Amino acid sequence: MSHRLPAPLGDVIDRSSVISFTWNGKKLQGFEGDTIASALLANGEHILGRSMKYHRPRGVLTADFWDPNTTVQVDDEPNVRASHRKLADGMAVSAQNVWPSLKFDVKAANGLVGRFLTAGFYYKTFMKPAKLWPAYEHVLAKFAPGGSVDLDTPHGRYDKRHAHPDVVVAGGGPSGMAAALAAAEAGSSVMLVEHEHQLGGHLLWGSNDDRAAANELAAACAAAGVEILTNSTVAGRYEDNWISISQRSHPGVIERLIKARGKTLVGAAGTIERPYVFQGNDLPGVMTSGAAQRLIRMYGVKPGTRAVVFTANESGDSAVEALQSAGISIARVVDARAGEGITSASGSKSRVKRVTLSDGTTVECDLLVTAVGWTTPTSLLNMAGDRPVYDADAARFFPAGPPDNVLATGGMIGDGSRDELIAHGRATGELAAGRAAVVRHRLQAATARAAAVDGPEPDYPADERTPLDRAQHPELYRSTTHGIVDYSEDVSSKDLFSAAGEGFDSVELIKRFTTATMGPSQGKLETVNTVAVLAEARNETIAEVGTTVWRPPYAPISLGALAGRINEPTRVSVLQPWHEANGATPILAGQWVRPEHYGDPAAEVRNTRTNVGIIDVTPLGKLDLQGPDVPKLLNLLYTNKWMALPIGGVRYGLMCAEDGVVLDDGVTARLGEEHYLMTTTSSGAAKIWNWIEMWLQTEHPDWQVHVTPVTTGLTSINIAGPNSRELLGRLTTDIDLDPTAFPYMNVRRGTIAGVQNCIAWRIGFTGELSYEIHVPSGHAVHVWEQLLDQGADLGVKAFGLEAQRIMRLEKGHFIVGQDTDGLSKAPVTGLNPLLKLDKDDWAGMPEVAWTMESGDHPVIVACQPDNGSVVPEEAAQILRAGTTEIVGRITSSRMSPTLNRSICLAQVTKEFAAPGTSLEVLLVSGERITATVQEHHAHFDPEGARLRG
Amino acid sequence: MLLVPCPNCGPMNAADLSYNGESHRRPDPKTCTPEEWRTYLYLRENPSGWLLENWYCSSGCRRHFKIERHTLTGELRAPVLPGRKPGATQGDMK
Ligand SMILES: [Zn+2]
Repeated sequence: MSHRLPAPLGDVIDRSSVISFTWNGKKLQGFEGDTIASALLANGEHILGRSMKYHRPRGVLTADFWDPNTTVQVDDEPNVRASHRKLADGMAVSAQNVWPSLKFDVKAANGLVGRFLTAGFYYKTFMKPAKLWPAYEHVLAKFAPGGSVDLDTPHGRYDKRHAHPDVVVAGGGPSGMAAALAAAEAGSSVMLVEHEHQLGGHLLWGSNDDRAAANELAAACAAAGVEILTNSTVAGRYEDNWISISQRSHPGVIERLIKARGKTLVGAAGTIERPYVFQGNDLPGVMTSGAAQRLIRMYGVKPGTRAVVFTANESGDSAVEALQSAGISIARVVDARAGEGITSASGSKSRVKRVTLSDGTTVECDLLVTAVGWTTPTSLLNMAGDRPVYDADAARFFPAGPPDNVLATGGMIGDGSRDELIAHGRATGELAAGRAAVVRHRLQAATARAAAVDGPEPDYPADERTPLDRAQHPELYRSTTHGIVDYSEDVSSKDLFSAAGEGFDSVELIKRFTTATMGPSQGKLETVNTVAVLAEARNETIAEVGTTVWRPPYAPISLGALAGRINEPTRVSVLQPWHEANGATPILAGQWVRPEHYGDPAAEVRNTRTNVGIIDVTPLGKLDLQGPDVPKLLNLLYTNKWMALPIGGVRYGLMCAEDGVVLDDGVTARLGEEHYLMTTTSSGAAKIWNWIEMWLQTEHPDWQVHVTPVTTGLTSINIAGPNSRELLGRLTTDIDLDPTAFPYMNVRRGTIAGVQNCIAWRIGFTGELSYEIHVPSGHAVHVWEQLLDQGADLGVKAFGLEAQRIMRLEKGHFIVGQDTDGLSKAPVTGLNPLLKLDKDDWAGMPEVAWTMESGDHPVIVACQPDNGSVVPEEAAQILRAGTTEIVGRITSSRMSPTLNRSICLAQVTKEFAAPGTSLEVLLVSGERITATVQEHHAHFDPEGARLRG
Repeated sequence: MLLVPCPNCGPMNAADLSYNGESHRRPDPKTCTPEEWRTYLYLRENPSGWLLENWYCSSGCRRHFKIERHTLTGELRAPVLPGRKPGATQGDMK
């Protein structure tokens, strides 16, 4: 660590704790508290990366979060900010965007032809011909910046948190800390968010008194109960102070996204020091005055040996002191306030060597420090609707006036001594707390059934803060030479001039055309320089040009943090443990984990058709409907008629959306005088519940109907097969199963296997004689096991979803959402007798009527491939023979174990719907096969003799 | 994210509700023309200003209600339950 300075310089490093790491394979050491960049500089490594387009060597410019050219690869993580990320033991750090090595970069040849890589170069050069785009993409990808991603990296641990603080303070400098402290003392719950690693802001690299004051304020905040989030960024502010905070410091997770509903937000982001635009401004060894002070005072790192300081303000003057305290010789102080200036810097490829001043003299040096002014990071205020205004006297933008629940303090709105900044922060914190108390009171008062509101609403405090002064500052943006404006994107002031000359002369256009301000620094260093250069090119003032709108996020957030934990809830029936214990292969159907089969679905089909099978159909949606107006509701939602359903009767119904498209289907039973039980498709249960509530609450609030979802309260078991009546008969004494007493499409209530309040439906999706029993879920395992016990001699076996799908296809029953889609209006199903156009009203009726009238719609048909051993893929296209004209598609297909041949349902245009029509089906392999349209939808037992027996 | 005042639950995150869009009248299905019906299905005013819209408290009390929202400022006026007259406001919550 040859460039390390002796203590007391280096406040944040711990020299007793040595950390080992590697840099491009070389073994180096740093101290606890170092950033990767400070450790590298301490070892004399001052080239940290190559620029994006021209591959020019780059070093530390700002030595903080926004440092544009110090992104490195750390182990398998690309794009790590070396000037922000803390050094950790064993880190393997390497440079990005270099090939074959940092010092000998082949792509730096781009620099030689740099004049060809001006703004819009990529747009213009690689535009035509379009057929070469894939080739262009291949070549350009090699020049794109960024590290390498290990595709085998496991998903890291990320998390989210919801918070409801009274006051959120964005920025932990003197004003922000004072605001947080005052708000907490006034009784507010406060979150104080600082994107660097410790509170203090610019006090951290200031005088001894500054650093003592920072420590004192930070300790007071902690003692007052302020929640302090360091290494965290307030990334966005949305309506009603919905605030996103990216927390990179939460133990155990890589990054946590906090969604905070702040009652007031205090913006205390301070200022960001602007780089100066001149020839050579991106040479390693050129840095801002803040960078030099941070490196020396915080990290104890010597950034050079002989310095030129170009200063226009106190920060530059303070940098001179810092450099002197580090033993760096000051070759020259160039004071802008005295009319002095610099025009260019030059050097070797790896380091600045001399600076040319405005008067033409040159000064030898290996460090050039600039202090030319400030950018106000007004992003959060922009997001709250504020549009900043330029003040030429202070040479920076200021907020125009954010809404009442967003307050600003500190450097964002003015300048002052440390005490003045703290005083303004305190006043802002008190105001924020006062306004938060009013908002809290209003929210509580507006929440029914909340705890009683404490007293009357407090008075809404007016803003009576004494404003901060604005310090005069010379306008210093660009020298007489051209230099880099956007370091991350390699955009120079010359590029901006030519783009403006080409007509991209609005700030929003030039940004998109040149990509200036669009890199990882998010415009924090570049925006105002871009505006200033554009103003110069247009011969206008900065105020006239205006600025771009800063949108979220304030700083990049990882996609992992946005995704949070992997959390995909699934649902299971109470019988699922039995299924798992008995060899079921699980399948995820919608949200439900269900048994796909227990080993051999074809055998399950044969057993059910021959003996008896039982299947867990709990996911079937079930809605309990009670009240005198249920028949009106059913009449409105189903396409058929429901006013005359007797008690104990069951009816099938089809539902349409208002555009006539099939929405859902199912059977509904009348259990009592005013009591019905509706079933829906498994995936439609929640949707239909909402659908019913919508109609009841909005169109017919006068109807008396109460809806209760009972999908999981009742476990549903279908008992299907020739022996099903015998089997159920062994388990019930009070339900008369005689076919005349309990015919097809009826429902009965009674006791099954000793369990009272069961519901038995005589319906069937499989085409077999079958009973569907709904059992209170607490007793479902008992009933299921009794069915298997009592039916052993009847050949009872469980069957899974796949066997059921095969059997329903053998019977030609369509499935909503599989055999129909978002364009399938009700007549597509062929269920025209159920579409009752003589009713007064039902959902979707007009569209269905017009569709039937026009006859212009496809229809569902059953078809069988002429070669019964071929199963066409679902969604395979049906073509007009010998052409590529699509006339339909296969919607369901399976091999039928009952018929020993392949069977399908399809949607075809009417021209191809007649029984006996030959269809040409295009397989995924590209082969075409023929299939024949069947007379009935049912491939098996079309008369339904087995079902009704 | 907007805070939307459910008449039962109080201020809710908009993401905890379902937005059912602009409020519109359902034509008489027996007598309407295709043009009227498709206007009801697909066409919206989308004004720049005050808009009466439908919300559903889908993660809360499951009430449907209407609310007036200013599409430029995000400002909200008091919720209205279907079948009830617009009542007193619950106050500006911001
Ligand atoms: Zn609610």
